[in-house]
Amino acid sequence: MQIFKPASTASPTVQKAAVNQLNFYYGAYQALKNINMVVHEKQVTALIGPSGCGKSTFLRCFNRMHDLYPHNHYEGEILLYPDNENILSPEIDPIEVRMRISMVFQKPNPFPKSIFENVAYGLRIRGVKRRSILEERVENALRNAALWEEVKDRLEDLAFNLSGGQQQRLCIARALATDPEILLFDEPTSALDPIATASIEELISDIRNKVTILIVTHNMQQAARVSDYTAYMYMGELIEFGATDNIFIKPKNKQTEDYITGRFG
Amino acid sequence: MNNTDNINEIRTIIARHKRWDLLALTAGVIALMIAVLTFIALFGNMMVDGMPRLTWEFFTSFPSRKPESAGILSAWVGTTLVMLVTAAAAVPLGVAAGIYLEEYAPKNFITEIIEINVTNLAGVPSIIYGLLALGLFVYQLGLGQSILTAGLTLALLILPIVIVATREAIRSIPLTIRESAFALGATKWQTVADHVLPYSAAGILTGIIIGLARAIGETAPIITIGALTFIAFLPPSPIQDQFPFLSFEWLMEPFTVMPIQMFNWISRPQEAFQHNAAAAGLVLVIMTLLMNGLAIYLRYYLRKKIKW
Repeated sequence: MQIFKPASTASPTVQKAAVNQLNFYYGAYQALKNINMVVHEKQVTALIGPSGCGKSTFLRCFNRMHDLYPHNHYEGEILLYPDNENILSPEIDPIEVRMRISMVFQKPNPFPKSIFENVAYGLRIRGVKRRSILEERVENALRNAALWEEVKDRLEDLAFNLSGGQQQRLCIARALATDPEILLFDEPTSALDPIATASIEELISDIRNKVTILIVTHNMQQAARVSDYTAYMYMGELIEFGATDNIFIKPKNKQTEDYITGRFG
Repeated sequence: MNNTDNINEIRTIIARHKRWDLLALTAGVIALMIAVLTFIALFGNMMVDGMPRLTWEFFTSFPSRKPESAGILSAWVGTTLVMLVTAAAAVPLGVAAGIYLEEYAPKNFITEIIEINVTNLAGVPSIIYGLLALGLFVYQLGLGQSILTAGLTLALLILPIVIVATREAIRSIPLTIRESAFALGATKWQTVADHVLPYSAAGILTGIIIGLARAIGETAPIITIGALTFIAFLPPSPIQDQFPFLSFEWLMEPFTVMPIQMFNWISRPQEAFQHNAAAAGLVLVIMTLLMNGLAIYLRYYLRKKIKW
């Protein structure tokens, strides 16, 4: 069974989300300044920029992670298509947003539970109880995360017994299991060795046609390798956004060019 | 000054500094020995006095006017039942309060005041709790000088310990685990019930046991609420052979506990009762050590399974 929705609109130019005049504040400090951007459906969009530029802050707006901590507030909107819903609206429950948009974190963070329970957790809180359905969807998610062959005989093992790279793929499986509309990656390989990094990048290429992906990375080669679109951010502002090939080969902005060619950052 | 002089000078300085090392080491070992040897001496003395009395009959006999036939049956049964009530009251209250303070409470001035108060409550002399219980449980609520009153009093006493232990155990769970649960769409309660509580259970359990180990030896508040010192009968058993198989009559019964039984024997003039007191003391110390041992086991071995 294919757990992902079939690409009813195969055209790569279909928009999944639009960010309009987004400002974000940690208390009085403005971390994001007037961001306008589109997210293309079933494409990989990379967010790059030097440390502290706000790329992770921006990413965490998409699943309302900032609502977990006091004194944060958003201005502007992130519209999700096709239902045209502003997911930053105070009327929208952040839990609803998180059920539609999954996230994979910087450091692999599996629960200290079995491999099976890790992947099944998102399904369980959506009320899936039937063992057969759970098993089927866990297997699908693990297959999509290229982990099934390695763990199929030890699904009841503690997730901590996996290697770092496997743990991160488990976290990806956990995020995929609930069939999200957008998958957010927050520097998913920064805690991994080069081989594990390569396997995660390969995995991202494998699933790019099935789900819309937003990825924060501090590694420009990674952005160039995995993404279709790239956004360059600096000091909370979106400096340049476009097709990855254009950004990396002929950036319009001098600042982007300096960063990409390694002159600073 | 040539090179050899220089090296010799360095060595002299090192030797002088190391004398302080030796001094600090000696002082530390002596200080430690005073504490450890005192305990060993006390424990040894109690062993010598009490060991000969530690027979099966000692555990199965009621107190008696004849020291050689007196035992601690009513005391250890009383202690066990009181501890049951204490745990039943202190665990849910303490854990729930700890969860609230750590996970739900807004970080503001009022919460801070409450937190400071909870920590301070752990330092309130236990007899104050006894006075409070005498007024509240015995007279106001009319619970009498019963096992229930004693259990609730000791529950109040160890509540701060359980709350603080719960908070510390919860706090040791990394933010990334919470965030990954929230990111999957879990509510606060789902995050707490499915992740925070199960992963911190070993730490919370440790705190509960340490709290109970403290409560088991408490004497002052139990005397204040008026526990009897001479009890030659057992409360009705909680487990019955007839439907509904459980009985709560024992909650309202008069009782005695181990430290009070000891206190009673120590205040007798006959030498033989002193031996009984030593034997009871030995049992009490072993109970406490076993509980602390269990806590240490949980802390170091159960927690080892989870590494963040």
